[in-house]
Amino acid sequence: MSSVLYDVPGPRARLRNRILGVVTILVVVALIALTIWRLYATGQFTAQKWSIFGYTTIWVRILEGLWHTLSAFIVAGVGALILGFILAVGRLSDHAWVRVPVGWIVEILRAIPVLIFMMLMYYGLPTVGIKVTPYVAVVVALIAYNGSVLAEAIRAGVESLPRGQKEAGYAIGLRKNGVLRLILLPQAVRAMMPVIISQLVVALKDTALGFIITYPELLYVIKLLGTQIQYGSPLVPAAIVGGSIYVALCLLLSYVAYRVERRTRRSPKIRQEVPAAGDGDAATVTEFIAVQKGVEGRKRK
Amino acid sequence: MDDVGHLWWQAIEGTLVLFFIGGVIALVLGFIVGAMRVSPVPIARAVGTVYVNWIRNTPLTLVMFFFAFCIPILLGQRINAIALATVALGIYTATYVAETIRSGVNTVPVGQAEAARALGLGFGQVMTLVVLPQAFRSVVPPMMSVLIALLKNTTVAAGFSVLNLGSVTAYLSEHRTATADNIFQAMVTGENQLLTLLLIAVIFVVLVLLLAWLQRVLERKWRVER
Repeated sequence: MSSVLYDVPGPRARLRNRILGVVTILVVVALIALTIWRLYATGQFTAQKWSIFGYTTIWVRILEGLWHTLSAFIVAGVGALILGFILAVGRLSDHAWVRVPVGWIVEILRAIPVLIFMMLMYYGLPTVGIKVTPYVAVVVALIAYNGSVLAEAIRAGVESLPRGQKEAGYAIGLRKNGVLRLILLPQAVRAMMPVIISQLVVALKDTALGFIITYPELLYVIKLLGTQIQYGSPLVPAAIVGGSIYVALCLLLSYVAYRVERRTRRSPKIRQEVPAAGDGDAATVTEFIAVQKGVEGRKRK
Repeated sequence: MDDVGHLWWQAIEGTLVLFFIGGVIALVLGFIVGAMRVSPVPIARAVGTVYVNWIRNTPLTLVMFFFAFCIPILLGQRINAIALATVALGIYTATYVAETIRSGVNTVPVGQAEAARALGLGFGQVMTLVVLPQAFRSVVPPMMSVLIALLKNTTVAAGFSVLNLGSVTAYLSEHRTATADNIFQAMVTGENQLLTLLLIAVIFVVLVLLLAWLQRVLERKWRVER
């Protein structure tokens, strides 16, 4: 990967690397052994604690929780994309009276912690007589936060396009609407696709916050199953099973983002450097930059 | 009223402990993992990659859930809730720190490391004398973004019986004694939850915008001229 940082190791370096490798293995094995020992010592492997997963009704409950998670994620994801486009177009507007307020809205929505937003909806709004279900609170908070982050990503994508694209659009007689809709946004979305998908992973992860405001999603079901006394309170087994489902879902979506990113990087259609937005997810590799230096485009930042 | 002030103070203290101690854990652990991910030892690289990919694809709520409920069971003893939440926050944020450091190292041009190696410096010297000082400049702005995310994530601890700014509303409504006379009191004492939560949201917006401003200043100061 970043093999440029070090030489092909000589005999002494090989020995040192081998020692470091062995030390790493020892530390990891020790941690795993410690975990298994504690799991065993506290009786997490007893049949009683796992028997709860032998019932169909329990799995129906888990699937229900999973469905609640996924439905919140899907609605929030689509909503965030729509809001992201609206806010991005607003921030790219030529009129200052649109651009400036939208910019402030984006900044503020990004700065409020998602959980506080959810609490505002769920615990706060009833004091003025508006009843909000946990589902609505989760979805609206996720749309607001991820929509504003996506807006920034899309805007960054549009601004990273060469000026000639916009000028050529106007030159062939398109209006503002046409230039943005037919020329700038499609290219920006294509360039920012990896960032957009990794933001969707963030949305999926954040549905778990619904647990705190009693939205009956997967984590809530795990907690519920974990406190069933007649099965010996199998909290740890439940957390292992439910946690694996969560991690598997997120890994799957992250893998899609990774594949899309690799394709974007190779694509000859997107020549210019893709700006890193979001949580700095778009990692750059030394070799990649080395190649880029030859075809130095516009410098970002 | 004294009670209320005490609660607010404790809540702010909780948030600060989560932010600073969690931040220190995240920076130290993240630096180690980031170093592992660019090291010449394949096994260390693999371990670092697995750790980063695994934890980054786990919701923070799940990490905290595991720490708050499972760790006490596994260790067989009660542990301070804020300590568990802090460690969970540190372990979660460390993955982002590691990724930031790794991509910072990767932004240093290949020629720099090659030139250093041509001079006969070893891996340790290349890193400490040539690559890291340059990587530091390009790492600072994204690292501030990670810290901003950490500050916002401290609120998640509210769901696991840690008194902080995220959960102060619930604690206030439990301890409420007198009714409020005016709207300001209603806001501070948690009488009106909407106002209290809005106040907390405003506090976070101000803190985040402050950190973002600091980020811009540092970015301008340490911009890499290449």
